[in-house]
Amino acid sequence: MPVVRIPTPLRTLTGSKDEVEATGATVGELIEDLEKRHPGIRDRLLDEKGVRRFVNIFVGDEDIRFLDGLSTELKATDHISIVPAIAGGSGA
Amino acid sequence: MPTTYTDLIAEIRKNISTVSLEEIKRRLEANEPMVLVDVREKEENRAGYIPGAISVPRGFLEMQIEQKVPDKNAPVVLYCAGGTRSALAAKTLIDLGYTRVESANPGFVRWKDLGYPMETPPQLSDAQRDRYSRHLLLPEVGEAGQAKLLASKILLLGAGGLGSPAALYLAAAGVGTIGLVDADVVDASNLQRQIMHATSRVGMPKVDSGEQTIRDLNPDVKVVKFEERLTSHNVERIFRDFDIIVDGCDNFPTRYLVNDASVWMKKPVVHGSIFRFEGQVTTFHPAAGGPCYRCLYPEPPPPHLAPSCQEAGVLGILPGVVGTIQATEAIKLVLGQGNPLVGRLLTYDSLRMKFGELKLRKDKTCPVCGPAPTITTYIDYEFFCNIG
Repeated sequence: MPVVRIPTPLRTLTGSKDEVEATGATVGELIEDLEKRHPGIRDRLLDEKGVRRFVNIFVGDEDIRFLDGLSTELKATDHISIVPAIAGGSGA
Repeated sequence: MPTTYTDLIAEIRKNISTVSLEEIKRRLEANEPMVLVDVREKEENRAGYIPGAISVPRGFLEMQIEQKVPDKNAPVVLYCAGGTRSALAAKTLIDLGYTRVESANPGFVRWKDLGYPMETPPQLSDAQRDRYSRHLLLPEVGEAGQAKLLASKILLLGAGGLGSPAALYLAAAGVGTIGLVDADVVDASNLQRQIMHATSRVGMPKVDSGEQTIRDLNPDVKVVKFEERLTSHNVERIFRDFDIIVDGCDNFPTRYLVNDASVWMKKPVVHGSIFRFEGQVTTFHPAAGGPCYRCLYPEPPPPHLAPSCQEAGVLGILPGVVGTIQATEAIKLVLGQGNPLVGRLLTYDSLRMKFGELKLRKDKTCPVCGPAPTITTYIDYEFFCNIG
C-alpha cells in the first residue's frame, strides 16, 4: 500500500502520525481514501479547482503538477509526500 | 558569413560602437553614469583594473552579465587588454538585448601606459593567510576563492534562528560584507536557538547584538545593519548592494516579497524554513535556470488556513542545522563550486534523522518568473502568523 508522508501541520488529523497508509489507483483516489481514514484532510489539500496552490504533492521525488496531477497513477510501493508552504524561520 | 577570424572581427567591428580611453577617463572624472565591465581573465583583473570596473571574464559573460548588469538599457563600457575581446563581448551583449554597449579601444595595457588611475584588488595580509589557512589549503577555495569571499556581500533576512548560525559561519569564512535585516530586540526566549545573541544582550536590537558577535569573531567582516521590517518600499534599497540573499524570515508576506524582488533583481536566494522538528532548504536562482518560490507556491495560504504561531515550538538545534546548510549554499555560490540546491528541495527530519530530496521545477505558468508574468509589481500580503 502506498505510504503517505504527512507534514507537521496536518498531523492533528492523523493522530500525530507522520506517515500513514492509504490506497488508490491515482493520487485523486488516494486522497479520497485518506479522507475516509482521516476526515477533514481532503479540505486541507484540495479546493474546488484541485490541489490547493500552497500545497504540493510529490510521488517519489516528482511533483504531480509535472506528472498527471490528481490523475497520476500510483504503484503499491510509491511514497507520497505532502509539502505545504511553511514560512517559519527566525521563530521570533 | 565570415569565414576566418580576421573576417569575423572585421565584421563585428563594423557593428559595434567603440570609445577611446581618453573619453572613458573623462566620464570617470565627471562621474557620468557608466557600467565598466572588465572582460579579461580573473588573473589579469587581479593585477589591476580601471577604478569601479566589475569583473566578468568573457568566458562567463553570457552566464553572469544579467545578474551583474540587470538593466539592459544601462550604458555599458567593456574593456580588455587590447580591445579585441571587448569587441567580441560587445557583440554578445548586443545579442543579449543590451542597448547601450561600447567597447574600449584600445584597452587596459594602453590605459596603464598612459598612467591613468587604476586599482588593484586587496591582497591577503599575513594575518588573513593565517586565519584562512584551512581554506587556502583547499584547491577549491585557495587564495582566489578566499579573495572572492572577502569581496562577497551576503544579506541575511532575519538575525534569529536561521540567521544566527548562518551569520557565524559566513563571518568565520571571511565573507567581507554581511547585511543583517531584523527589527526585533533580543528576548530571553530567543536564546534557546539564536546562538548569535547572548544573555547579557537581552533587550538589545538583534542587529546590534549580531554585529557585536560578528566583530568579535572576525574583524575582517563589515556588518551592514537594517533595523527594519522588509517591505515593498525598502526591499530594493536593502537588496541592491548584495550578491546573495539568505532568507530565514518567519512569515509569508516577506517570503513572497523576497521572491519577487530577487527574481526582478536577478539575485539568488538561499531559502530555509523550519517547523517544530523539520526543516527545508533550497536555492532559488531563476537567473541560472532554476525555479522561484512562486513556481512552487504561486500564492500564500489564506490566513484562516495557516496555523497560528501562538503555540509555535521548534527544537532549538533545528535552525542550527538548516541555517548552516544555507550558509554552505551561499559560500558555494560565491566560490562557484559544487552543485547548489537549484531545483532541489532538501528536507530534513530531525526526529527520524533523515534527509530527503524533492525535485522542484520551473513552472511555465509562474506568475513572476514565467514567460508571461501576471505579477509585475510588489504585493503587500496581509500580515499573519503561520508558524504553529
